[in-house]
Amino acid sequence: MLEKLLYQGLIGLSFSMYLWLLSAGLTLAFGVLGVLNFAHGSLFMLGAYASFTFYGKLGLNFWLSIGLSLASVGIVGAILEGLFFRRIYDLDLPYQLILTFGFILIFDDLVKMIWGGVAMIPPMPRFFEGNLIVFDRPFPIYNLFIIFAGLAVALILWLVLEKTWWGRMIRASATDREMAGAIGINIPTLFTTVFVFSAMLAAVGGALGTPVRVVAPGIGTAMIVQAFVITVIGGLGNLKGAFVGALIVGILTSFGILLFPVFELFIIFVVMAIVLLVRPEGLFGK
Amino acid sequence: MGDQQNLVLYLFGPIIPVFQCSDPPKDHWSLLIDFMKLRIVFFAALILFLLLLPAFAGKYLLYMSIHILLLSVFALGFNLLLGYTGLLSFGQAGFFAVGAYASAKILLLVPSLLLGIMAGVVAAGIAALILGYLCVRHTRIYFSMLTLSFGMMIYSLAWKWRDVTGGDDGLVGIPRAAFEIPGIFRISMSEMGSYYYFVLVISLIAIFMLYRIVNSPFGLTLKGIRDSENRVAFAGISIRKYRLISFTIAGLYAGLAGSFLPPLENTVTPPIAHWTHSAEPVLVTLLGGIHTFAGPIVGAMLFYVIKDIIVRFTQYWLIWFGSIVVLLVLLFRGGVVIFITEKIWPLLKRKQGDRT
Repeated sequence: MLEKLLYQGLIGLSFSMYLWLLSAGLTLAFGVLGVLNFAHGSLFMLGAYASFTFYGKLGLNFWLSIGLSLASVGIVGAILEGLFFRRIYDLDLPYQLILTFGFILIFDDLVKMIWGGVAMIPPMPRFFEGNLIVFDRPFPIYNLFIIFAGLAVALILWLVLEKTWWGRMIRASATDREMAGAIGINIPTLFTTVFVFSAMLAAVGGALGTPVRVVAPGIGTAMIVQAFVITVIGGLGNLKGAFVGALIVGILTSFGILLFPVFELFIIFVVMAIVLLVRPEGLFGK
Repeated sequence: MGDQQNLVLYLFGPIIPVFQCSDPPKDHWSLLIDFMKLRIVFFAALILFLLLLPAFAGKYLLYMSIHILLLSVFALGFNLLLGYTGLLSFGQAGFFAVGAYASAKILLLVPSLLLGIMAGVVAAGIAALILGYLCVRHTRIYFSMLTLSFGMMIYSLAWKWRDVTGGDDGLVGIPRAAFEIPGIFRISMSEMGSYYYFVLVISLIAIFMLYRIVNSPFGLTLKGIRDSENRVAFAGISIRKYRLISFTIAGLYAGLAGSFLPPLENTVTPPIAHWTHSAEPVLVTLLGGIHTFAGPIVGAMLFYVIKDIIVRFTQYWLIWFGSIVVLLVLLFRGGVVIFITEKIWPLLKRKQGDRT
């Protein structure tokens, strides 16, 4: 029994890392730009489709295709921020949300137009095929890779935000936008780079996730609520919180499927509501 | 030219005040007179048009009109929260679904349309009262997130709790039962036209009741809370209680809209509870105009008209609708109604003034 639970925990851990990749960019963008981006899930979906095309269709090298997916979603992010998002930072919440929602509609149909409406299963890279035997059960090597990738992204994010000049500028403008601008930080440019960075984080999640999940239109809208749950649990705009939130949601989902399959999704939203009611600033909020 | 402008003023002049919601509170009768008399040209025409619609409209147009009425009721209730109370709910689809599922359940048990609709409204109202009690503790984005989480809870129940909700197949074979009070009268609803009249009459009553609510001292208090929470609180008014009542009314309207659906479609499925469906009232309210009473109605009409037009040209209508939404936020933030009353209307007026 214990082994079964540990194994399920491990499965949950790999799912958590996947969720973490998805939510990191969302919470970063919210923390700095102050906009809750509904279309973040769509950027994730675009990342998945891009890597499906580069790797599955064109047969490029796995790592190269991930790099290309990142670059292309990054460009989409730059266009989005440069043309649209930068005009809504001072608007009321409903307008911000509905503009980002408009992009969900656009991207969902765009994807259908280009790749068709059917769900597709991309191929698994050969060097990640196969299973490890953990507690007498097969554990896909790819899941192990996802765990490491998630931890690596967390480490990179921490290094970038804490140790580089750019990270320092980001933290400064997240704390006080006007003051940061007053001491010479070019806020519009910084915001664009942060948004592109956040879009690329979404793309990493989408691109790395493709070999284990189906690629279909609408995965963006399904994933974005999960990301909302995670960012709310951790505290909106809090990266450390998002990491812990992803762990909680991932492991809870994994055990939920095992223990109470009917209410697995329900429980996650109960946790979200409880956090909002008891500690709206999130587990790691100020 | 001049005569044409006069004609425009003559025909559409009476519409304009309907769209503005800044009148001070009035008593019941003068409101009813306002509602009917002052705008009598417009309303007589509109209601006559709506009443005569089944005479010349095909089944499809009637079906669309029912959907427009349904979305109008849904969005009007939502706008009581957003436009009048200043709270953005992203979980209204949850109450819509509670209404739809409750009325479907009742209709499957007892074939009585009235009972089904009442069950939907009551169930949604109770759900809104209970969840609202928790939701109104917060405002702004935390309120939106909290409503989103409750809405998604309802969605996950609709999707997974197979014994009660039928799971992802939903509930099927719901009859469009007759509108009947046993022993007094019975009107069959098997014709689309009859069901259209039923929805039309109930919607008009509901819309007038809401008009009455927003123009009452209660509505004024809500607007006060929206604009300056602290001042209203200092006046000794329990803000939370007012927000809760507003939330419950919005839930009742969502439930009413939801309970219109099962008899129309003969089926209910979980996607009506999904958060993307919660975005629909937000969308049409912003489209029509958030700070006007009729905004959501105009938005609901535009929503279906735009959809119907685009679908004729391409199956990918969401790209174009999404683009319209983006342009709306960037260019016409007040919504269509404000755009007409504040941009086009004064233009016509000024031209008329120039000549005299």
